[in-house]
Amino acid sequence: MLYREAGQFKTSYRADQQIFPILQDRIGMLVLGFVALVGVPLVASEYWLTAILIPLLVFSLAAIGLNILTGYAGQLSLGTAAFMAVGAVATYNFQLRVPGIPILVSFLLGGGTAAAVGAVFGLPSLRIKGFYLAVATLAAQFFIPWLLVKVSWFSNDSASGVITTQPVEILGFTFDTPLRKYLFALVVVSVLALVAKNLVRSHIGRAWMAVRDMDVAAEVIGIRIVRTKLVAFAVSSFYCGIAGALYAFAYLGSVETDGFNLDLSFRILFMIIIGGVGSILGSFLGAAFITLLPILLDVALTEGATALGLQLPSGMTSMVQLVVFGALIIFFLIVEPLGLARLWQIAKEKLRLWPFPH
Amino acid sequence: MQFFFEVLIGGLLAGVMYSLVALGFVLIYKASGVFNFAQGSMVFFAALTYVGLQEKFGLPGWAVFGLTLAVMVVLGIAIERVVLRPLVNQPQITLFMATIGLAFFIEGLAQVIWGTQVRRLDLGLQDEPIAMLMDRFNMLVSKFDVVAAVVAGLLVAVLAVFFNRTRIGRALRAVADDHQAALAVGIPLKQIWAIVWSVAGFVALVAGLMWGARNGVQFALTFVALKALPVLILGGFESVLGAIVGGLIIGASEKLAEVYLGPHLGGGIEGWFAYVMALLFLLVRPEGLFGEKHIDRV
Amino acid sequence: MAWKKTALAWIAGLTLAAGSLTAVAQQAGTQFVGITGYRVGPYGANGAAFFGGFTDYLQLVNARDGGINGVKLSWEECETEYNTAKGVECYERLKARADTGPTAIHPMSTGITYALLDKAPADQVPLITFGYGRTDATDGRVFPWVFPLMSNYWDAATAIIKFIADKEGGEGGLKGKKIVLLYHDSAYGKEPHAVLEAEAKRRGFDLEMIPVPHPGNEQQSQWLQIRRIRPDWVILWGWGVMNATAIQTAQKVGFPRDRMVGNWWAGSEIDTEAAGPAAKGYYAASLNLAGKKFPVVQDIEKIVYGKLNVGGDPKLIGTVLWNRGVAAAMFTLEAVRTAQAKYGKKPMNGAQVRWGLEHLDLSAKRLQKLGFGAMLPPIKVSCENHGGSGEVRFQQWDGSAWQAASDWMKGDSALVHRMIEESAAKYAAEKGIKPACLGG
Repeated sequence: MLYREAGQFKTSYRADQQIFPILQDRIGMLVLGFVALVGVPLVASEYWLTAILIPLLVFSLAAIGLNILTGYAGQLSLGTAAFMAVGAVATYNFQLRVPGIPILVSFLLGGGTAAAVGAVFGLPSLRIKGFYLAVATLAAQFFIPWLLVKVSWFSNDSASGVITTQPVEILGFTFDTPLRKYLFALVVVSVLALVAKNLVRSHIGRAWMAVRDMDVAAEVIGIRIVRTKLVAFAVSSFYCGIAGALYAFAYLGSVETDGFNLDLSFRILFMIIIGGVGSILGSFLGAAFITLLPILLDVALTEGATALGLQLPSGMTSMVQLVVFGALIIFFLIVEPLGLARLWQIAKEKLRLWPFPH
Repeated sequence: MQFFFEVLIGGLLAGVMYSLVALGFVLIYKASGVFNFAQGSMVFFAALTYVGLQEKFGLPGWAVFGLTLAVMVVLGIAIERVVLRPLVNQPQITLFMATIGLAFFIEGLAQVIWGTQVRRLDLGLQDEPIAMLMDRFNMLVSKFDVVAAVVAGLLVAVLAVFFNRTRIGRALRAVADDHQAALAVGIPLKQIWAIVWSVAGFVALVAGLMWGARNGVQFALTFVALKALPVLILGGFESVLGAIVGGLIIGASEKLAEVYLGPHLGGGIEGWFAYVMALLFLLVRPEGLFGEKHIDRV
Repeated sequence: MAWKKTALAWIAGLTLAAGSLTAVAQQAGTQFVGITGYRVGPYGANGAAFFGGFTDYLQLVNARDGGINGVKLSWEECETEYNTAKGVECYERLKARADTGPTAIHPMSTGITYALLDKAPADQVPLITFGYGRTDATDGRVFPWVFPLMSNYWDAATAIIKFIADKEGGEGGLKGKKIVLLYHDSAYGKEPHAVLEAEAKRRGFDLEMIPVPHPGNEQQSQWLQIRRIRPDWVILWGWGVMNATAIQTAQKVGFPRDRMVGNWWAGSEIDTEAAGPAAKGYYAASLNLAGKKFPVVQDIEKIVYGKLNVGGDPKLIGTVLWNRGVAAAMFTLEAVRTAQAKYGKKPMNGAQVRWGLEHLDLSAKRLQKLGFGAMLPPIKVSCENHGGSGEVRFQQWDGSAWQAASDWMKGDSALVHRMIEESAAKYAAEKGIKPACLGG
């Protein structure tokens, strides 16, 4: 009843092709934007900002990056964390070594560096596909952190190799409190997500999908495979690079190269699989799911044990959590292999008919 | 020159250890098209179960081996029923992610049952240089590594006989070639998968024992999977022989590179060298050394 | 689809649980201790021992002494899996759990330490980094909120060299000798490089540094290199599976284990037991002695494991890392006690605990009274020196247990002190910090 598109007529191509063609969606997005910009800062505690919302935004961005490559262009990659590391370290170094450079320019340059590195490691995709490519991207995952640790210039010769990032300052305004950092991350991620959404609807995005669905056919209709694949790698790495920079500057405040490990790459891959391959919305949903699930499990288990008056053997909770997390992932893949984005789609279709199912 | 050979032999023998792990990947990929990332966790689970049972009941080695094997078979069957069967016909990447979920599950389960303690696994074999070679040629060859190589050889021989001479083995090969056709001629696909996962469990047990005796039975055993991946690219995902030859090549070149190239690059290049080498190799032969060439039809 | 609904209901139920996430859980009037620990993952075995000892000591103090000066303890442990992002989440969660904050945080991970370096002062939470973390944080004028208690990596490196020199016949004994540093190829492994190079120059020995890539479960090529170099001593700077593998591979290439010295992250039962008989004779620098002969350990065994039966794995009692956990908990509680002397007998907040840590004075007599005896050296913290000791003691693995193999000893503290001041000054300049002591 509420969510019905009947009566909304499109009179121009422009109107027909906007991102949210349905009025209710537009209202929904506005409300969501309002809540994120105004509502959250009013109610969220420091814990929610620092420990949940900021990482959620950062991981969403990284997931969008990987989704561009895997979901839209069909190239499986296990090197996401390495490209994030490149972005973080490059941004730090631009900020450190170029005097007076605005931080946003550093971010863009950091992302650009990651894009360049990503394109280089994308070269094998011209020859190989599928799991062979996935394992090949592991070369990036192992080589890049090694290089970043080995050349101490990257970390400004700090004895421990861990970088403490510079403050984020734009036009004299410092983003130092959790709330300010959250707003900074929110704006960066929103803008980039909007760009990504438009990118995948443009001719580039359609070329990616054509290559994903059948590369030979794509070539036949005049898509240049080499360029399309490399652009996908570059754009994807750009997003991951920015996400890495945000991870360092807005979230942790430090860069420890060893933190950008294979586990992180897997986590981000999980996000897009659970969220929905080939969906920008899914990237956000997946990031939320993977970030929140372990915390919820932890809290639920501890609370449950306290409520029931049980004293779990120390350490047992952590292991049970791991078991449940693994089981839930499998369960979820079985129940909805197309991801949360698909669930959302189903919900929308049901909503369209509600409350008269026939 | 003597040093070169020492490194070469050591590398080849280390490569055999990688092959042991890679074999498990190959078996499962061949039969069910699943890239099973949980293989490393299965190695850990098998070794931990072995030591745990030994500690608990104090049985002789062969009895514990049998018991652990039974556990691995049960695990294999359970995985087929609970994880694979509902995911039939899903895209490969979904199956791959499911195996990562499975890896978490197995790792957690192993530690829930047996605890996080690091344990020693004693096979009654000290990792020492072979005295004869040491005295005669001052050449260092590890006794343990030689035994490991023999075990790996035996394992491959057993698997070869199993695949080529038994009914089940032939059925497995048929499934590997073409699922649909195998089903059509009446091969029970589900049972075959359960068997393959059990066999992979057996391989994981052997690998777990060898690696566990070397490093101690601890969580880090799951990392051995990472050593096996470049072997897989090089040898091809579908070839048992490829896993062995790939292991030898990776092992030898990795060690030689670390010793001769490492010092010029700041050392510690072993972590990625194998991957980069496999990557370069792929550019020449995209399906791996012994992999099957697929012709994509439009 | 009934089961889909069930799943959704469950997810909703879990979401409700999140509501209580930030609630203050502390029982009123107790000293709340937040613990960011890890008991799973690649280093789960290390964490299980350390945090097992930590919580066991808290249990003991509650049960035996009724808390600190009548203030009972409450605590909560949050699993970090040795993962920096999770560590930050845990820190934020624990911080909000009590009005007085989490007392003091032991991150037990270099990565988490660094991520908290800026956050902790802003939140007024002291960080105790017992044997890890940022070495130059020993300068409390630049890092008022960080306490690398007792000894740091540079202390360890110079002490190891001194220990080796003593074995080789005193001060000049190292001239012309060859020493190999086998290190974990990470920031942690690079920590001792500068100090060792300075020592090599001063004492005139050859230093070769060989990295082992993470995780270090294969060291054939490194040890063949060592075999070719034929060093007099090997220093092992490892972590996790790398240690056991190094000891085993040393046996494989026939390098004597009693010419190998590890640092304190390469010197626990976890490292030697996994290596089996190969480890016999191996030395390690230690922050604390192992064993059950200390009264505090016996009290815990009797009360926490015996009477109350709330302890963890009894096999861990008296191991190196378990004892270290007990010591770490004691540092936290003694800081609270010190602060109470000034601020009154009530739960202490972060700033008060910080003051307590900065005035922590654990003399030999005091340690004796606490039941630690010879497990630890005397420690006296000051604003200029947040370590408070700089001493280490060497232990040797006799095949079944760690035995003390030296007295408490210091390396080249002048060198370490100079390097710390240089490094801290550089950090202060970078960050625009004006070095100064914080008052009460």
